[in-house]
Amino acid sequence: MFSKILVANRGEIAHRIIRACRELGIPSVAVYSEADRDSLHLTLADEQVCIGPAVSAKSYLNMESIIDAARAAGVDAIHPGYGYLAENGSFARACEEAGVAFIGPTPDNLHLAGDKLTAKKIVQEKGVPVIPSSPAGVNSVAEAEKIAGDMGYPVMIKASGGGGGRGIRTCEDREMLVEEFPVARMEARAGFGNDEVYIEKCIAHPRHIEFQILGDRHGRVIHLGERECTIQRRYQKLIEESPSPAVTPELRERMGQAAVAVAEAVRYFNAGTVEFLVDGDGNFYFMEINARIQVEHPVTELTTGIDLVKEQIRLASGGELDYGFNDIQQRGWAMECRINAEDPERNFMPSPGKLELYRPPGGFGVRLDTHLYQGYELPVFYDSLIAKLISYDLTREGAIRIMRRALKEFGIAPIKTTIPLYLRIMDDPSFQRGDFDTGFIKRFVPDEEDDEDD
Amino acid sequence: MSGSEESAGRIEVRAPMSGVFYRSPAPDQPPYAEVGDVVKKKQVLGLLETMKVFQKIKSPSNGTIMEIVPENETALKDNDLVFVLEKG
Repeated sequence: MFSKILVANRGEIAHRIIRACRELGIPSVAVYSEADRDSLHLTLADEQVCIGPAVSAKSYLNMESIIDAARAAGVDAIHPGYGYLAENGSFARACEEAGVAFIGPTPDNLHLAGDKLTAKKIVQEKGVPVIPSSPAGVNSVAEAEKIAGDMGYPVMIKASGGGGGRGIRTCEDREMLVEEFPVARMEARAGFGNDEVYIEKCIAHPRHIEFQILGDRHGRVIHLGERECTIQRRYQKLIEESPSPAVTPELRERMGQAAVAVAEAVRYFNAGTVEFLVDGDGNFYFMEINARIQVEHPVTELTTGIDLVKEQIRLASGGELDYGFNDIQQRGWAMECRINAEDPERNFMPSPGKLELYRPPGGFGVRLDTHLYQGYELPVFYDSLIAKLISYDLTREGAIRIMRRALKEFGIAPIKTTIPLYLRIMDDPSFQRGDFDTGFIKRFVPDEEDDEDD
Repeated sequence: MSGSEESAGRIEVRAPMSGVFYRSPAPDQPPYAEVGDVVKKKQVLGLLETMKVFQKIKSPSNGTIMEIVPENETALKDNDLVFVLEKG
């Protein structure tokens, strides 16, 4: 096992990882930017190192500074969390070269997860269905028109280097495609440093369902069941749950096998997620591999009893997987609401500021992963995710009841949050029936313009 | 989206919320505006990044830029003075 771990992240996920280190008896090193001097994760860790100025590019994304901190603190492993450097192959390699273990997938895994077209090709060869798409990058409007016409509208233009729901444009018809294509390429170049885009067919009324996977050094891969992540806004997940109300035991078996086949095909190591779209008839299509611990990992932890961050650490230090999905007792229902410092009444504009009031919920079936405290000032430099509220009960109905109660208990002021939106969703009959697709949120959020050019 | 205040031809453009002020669309590109520039109403003068969301700071009227108060990449507080324009 490792003797000391550096946590190369901030916010709730830094807490999550430091807590796991504490329980494993491994000293931890927190890093922070100049804007995060008052962050709570510093007080939880055993050591603290400032890695640069407020702007992420100069601190949390600064590989050199983080590797220097790791060397100076004498750690033998780095946990990258999610976002920032978590899926950066060069960073994983730099860790290796510095003699520090990267707690996550191999650099090759990371590279492939970022190369969506190649990943799709490999997956397809294993007999797992994929969403129909252009076989390679599309270089001209004429080519795009031809491909889209053959597969049928609506289609999506996606950036090959995109991720996290960014770099996607939906086109209802030929006219929209012609208009959007050049813009999508420009955006891809500006956003991801790579202007390659491809065309993918839109699946009607899909659900987004993903499988948690784990892989060890010996090539053994298991899955830990699915997560339902269909409630999204602009491809950003808002509410996740496990299991999914749309997945039967038979479908779980087939999708789980497919997820493991995908991971085995790419020799996947450590924790990851295989994402699928599922249509109304229960047909599923591979979408992508997320090569990191995910924001929504707690819903899997609660229903399987497995601490995924501890498993990441154990596997990175050479631990073996000596159990499979059928050995664990998947039990009950877990639901997560991502509490964002955003105003749902004002087009989800961010809402920074000081927490004059902070009153966290608690009680039976409630888990709260957050870095907030009374009097904390939310920095403007970072993400708006401020807390993950997770409920757990034996049934889905019970988990919804606990979530509603906990959301009402949660006091945050004067900052605006997404809590009121989630309260409305918990009361919605189709949500309660488990009857929804990725367009669900449009019923709660007025139509938004993509650009506010007034 | 920008707050503004007027007195005797002087127009103040203030930050609509706290965030990081950028003078240009990307680090390798020229600034949206310089002191002395004649600008039109609704012309983009800069960007404000708050929790990874970018919003445009636009000119509230036709005029000339007299002053650009913060440096590029400075963190601004809600209602901080950003630009001073002379109406015209």
